[in-house]
Amino acid sequence: MAVKHRTLSLARRGFDFEIFMWLFTRLSALAMYLCAFIGLVGALIMGARTQVNFADLLRWSFMPDSNHVLMNTTLNNIANADAWASLFWKIMGSIFVTFATSHGLHGVLSVIEDYLKNPVVRRILRIVGLLLTLVGIAIAIYVVWTR
Amino acid sequence: MGLKRNVSLKDALRYQGQGPMLTYILHRIGGLGIVTFVGLHILASFLGGSFGSFVNTIYEHWTFQIVIFFCALFHAINGLRIVILDLWPKLIEYQREAIWIEWAVFLPFYGVAVLVIVRTALGG
Repeated sequence: MAVKHRTLSLARRGFDFEIFMWLFTRLSALAMYLCAFIGLVGALIMGARTQVNFADLLRWSFMPDSNHVLMNTTLNNIANADAWASLFWKIMGSIFVTFATSHGLHGVLSVIEDYLKNPVVRRILRIVGLLLTLVGIAIAIYVVWTR
Repeated sequence: MGLKRNVSLKDALRYQGQGPMLTYILHRIGGLGIVTFVGLHILASFLGGSFGSFVNTIYEHWTFQIVIFFCALFHAINGLRIVILDLWPKLIEYQREAIWIEWAVFLPFYGVAVLVIVRTALGG
């Protein structure tokens, strides 16, 4: 006797856009943990020969962009940038920044909707936030790929 | 539509939510701190020039690093607790214990980082 599962549609089970964003916030947090972990392991492997320092290691884990380990001239002891600026890390950086910015957008919108009552202001700020996020992702990916 | 709240600021400040409330407030402050920092940081690295170097001198200052590292690390560790408790709802019963574990993870990690930041700032 076959049992019929999931007869209700997602919408009728209460799965709307807000629930989706709630879930997205949690899952993107886990994704960023994974990104940071990959970054940390990569930095330990790439920095092993040049003894990468603690500050560079943390900056790299938070965002794997080659400027993070090359810009700081006083602390820097990395001679060759090639490994740190490879295609893999540019893709990782783009993924990380996309997750981080969209996660941040939902956070800011939650804060706005907790403290501001006026529906018109909320809608305007929602659109402004969305636009700022798209612009932010675009220029961040531009920075990651051009330097 | 429109929301109605009749809680004054004084009442809000007097509310004693204890541990969970504290993590909630710090999570929120930390999140806004990260958004401001990352937003300006992306903008500074995009624009460069005098604005970029002005912003970067702030970021490299040790006091700023202590503050922003608190925001980032607390938001990350508290966020992991929230994810675990939300995705396995049965665990919500142990929320307060989870918060103690969270502080036990956060404080040593943050302490070491602050030590490194201050020692670097003092030139060693």
